[in-house]
Amino acid sequence: MKADRFITPAAWALVTVAIVTLSAARSPDLGGVISFLTGFATLVAIFAVLALGLNVQWGYTGIFNFGVVAFFMVGAYTAAIITKGPATTEYVRYVGGFGDKLDFIPFLDSEQWLPFLFGTAGAAIVAGALAFFLSIPTLRLREDYLAIATIGIAELLRRVTIEERGLVNSDRGLIGIPAPLEKLVDPPEYKFIFFGIAVALVILLFIALEWGIRSPWGRVLKAIREDETTAAAAGKDIFAFKTQSFVVGAMIMGIGGAAYAYYSRSVSPDAFTHFFGTFLIWAMLIVGGSGNNKGAILGAYIVWGFYSITGLLRAYFADWGVDVLELRMSYIRDFVVGALIVIVLLLRPAGLLPEERRISLFIERENKKPSPVGEPDSERTGSQTDDPPDKTKGSGGLAS
Amino acid sequence: MVRAIAGPAELLNKTRERYPVVFDVLGGAGLWVLFAGLLIAALILYTQLFVVGVIFGSIIALGAMGLTLIYGIMKFAHFAHGDMMMLAAYLAFFALTGRIVGERTEVDLGWSLDRLPGATTQLGPLSFGYGLLLAMLVALIATVALFIALDYVIYRPLRQRGSGIVIFAMTSLGIAITVRSVILMLWGAEPRFYVKGIYPAHHFPFGITLKADQIFIFATVAIVATVVYLLLFRTRIGKAMRATSDNPDLARVSGIDTDQVIRWTWAIGGALVAVAGVLLAIQAQLKPELGFTILLPLFAATILGGIGSPQGALVGAIIVGVTQEVSVEFVAPGYKFAVAFVILILILLLRPQGLFGAKA
Repeated sequence: MKADRFITPAAWALVTVAIVTLSAARSPDLGGVISFLTGFATLVAIFAVLALGLNVQWGYTGIFNFGVVAFFMVGAYTAAIITKGPATTEYVRYVGGFGDKLDFIPFLDSEQWLPFLFGTAGAAIVAGALAFFLSIPTLRLREDYLAIATIGIAELLRRVTIEERGLVNSDRGLIGIPAPLEKLVDPPEYKFIFFGIAVALVILLFIALEWGIRSPWGRVLKAIREDETTAAAAGKDIFAFKTQSFVVGAMIMGIGGAAYAYYSRSVSPDAFTHFFGTFLIWAMLIVGGSGNNKGAILGAYIVWGFYSITGLLRAYFADWGVDVLELRMSYIRDFVVGALIVIVLLLRPAGLLPEERRISLFIERENKKPSPVGEPDSERTGSQTDDPPDKTKGSGGLAS
Repeated sequence: MVRAIAGPAELLNKTRERYPVVFDVLGGAGLWVLFAGLLIAALILYTQLFVVGVIFGSIIALGAMGLTLIYGIMKFAHFAHGDMMMLAAYLAFFALTGRIVGERTEVDLGWSLDRLPGATTQLGPLSFGYGLLLAMLVALIATVALFIALDYVIYRPLRQRGSGIVIFAMTSLGIAITVRSVILMLWGAEPRFYVKGIYPAHHFPFGITLKADQIFIFATVAIVATVVYLLLFRTRIGKAMRATSDNPDLARVSGIDTDQVIRWTWAIGGALVAVAGVLLAIQAQLKPELGFTILLPLFAATILGGIGSPQGALVGAIIVGVTQEVSVEFVAPGYKFAVAFVILILILLLRPQGLFGAKA
């Protein structure tokens, strides 16, 4: 499979070249290009957080969460109402608004960062709690029941945000969400600071998850994904581990939602559609390679890159007067995202970066030691392999 | 930590093990009594909403019957079902009017069923003529062909590779997204109608008001459901389908051609989807997003009735439909579709195998 090796770098290079040239050709100066690319990269980082969260659930454990948008949205709204000040007019109604009370550390400009720590932690906790309550009726059952239940909770939460008028300002949403460290620099430069924060967040999560998956905890998750019955026979509490994985993944999605709220400065129910909040994230994980954290990040880059490219192309089509394409660009990209999911599942189910066969931190440490002369090194298992285990399970779990 | 996190669920499970009677009663006879009571209370207290609910439920029932057959025989959740319903409805619209969105304005292809002589003359009190019935037939044939083609191109290779149910479900979701974007590309996001205009409602005893179209919907569902029943319980292929649904391996070793069974399942599912989609568009309107919204009631009805059981899907759909309509009296109308979700969670907690499902 020689050709396979070129697909990943080719996809990566294609997206990069397209996004840089298309944006450069339309910008008057270098500053505009850099500004656009920073915004693009920041969103890639935010989506990478969401994809990493989904990777914990689906990639590691095989939990079929079709309601990513529920946790995304809950995270974004929670962060918004924690960091915003209280409502000032009677036309805007929402709960919370603690932002100006959370700067109680009397040094280091604590209002610049402390509320956001609370906001992000709050987002993670609320999203995690939601996952926990949802896990009780569903995680014991077949995988696809959870998928249906998560679609349901996502739809229900969207309705709640719109119908409960006093909760989060209904369908007009919340605007003017503050962002961390924004008073440190002039507003035009702030996007670089936020880009740095988002990238740091992705790196932090990546390191934590890489460590987690090679710990005993991560091995149990993978064992459950491969074969629940065997894992149960080995004395592992399947349900408890699945719940933990679901909750941890949801907390990461909540953090991603918080980052999205700080970035976009506004949240409204329109933004959190099933397509934007769930299917796009799934496309990222599947295209990138589920079960591989690098794959999740690469998938976020490629799919969001494609999305941004279509946005740029739209302006070109408008210039060229190709109305048929210009008007339908958003539908065409939805079409491609859907088709991409089907094609990747059909032709390259492991994604662009297939899962690495990693066993444990212990074995990797052992392998790094120089092996005694004459001993066969067949036990080395830390290396990459092109042949990931088929993560798809047979029909039904334990309780089906 | 493991213990602490699993606390409430553990408790639920312990209770289930220690007092099986409680759960058997709650989840068995209890649920039946609950739903029967709900339906009777709705019938007596909110007769009008009950009747409207039954009509909406009967549309859901057609979709859910196809869904439950696919779910029972191929063992995966077909997430494209709702969007396929909308696609069939739009195909019927296209066959009827010959219109798609062109460059910026509407394009009329110049040939369509409503140009046949007398095709738009209203059939009795109904709002449409025989053209729509022909259009429904065209949509039905197209949907059946599409379902069989999709199985051949996409699902069969997955089956041969031995992919898990989740991969199938994921693939069907990809197809759902694709189908919806095709609808948006060809017919736009604006709602459409088969027939423009407002038609009077007729008054019936007990304060019921219904449009003739709604009675047509109910009659069509009754006929189609009877045909499906005869097909499943009176023909050889129906017997083979039920056997495959019960136990695919046993069916295969007994000499049943499971490939043929799967083709028939897609064909019946496609036909049901087409009729359900057109009826939904007659009852409400043609709207691209409706495809995903309808998915939740479809799955709630399927799981409530028990996966693989068409009669269960029928009963489940009526319960879901009536509960949704009657809920308008108690909660904001925006929560209408969320009612299905509440029923779903209830049934997953108390009786995951559904009303008609055998105990696991």
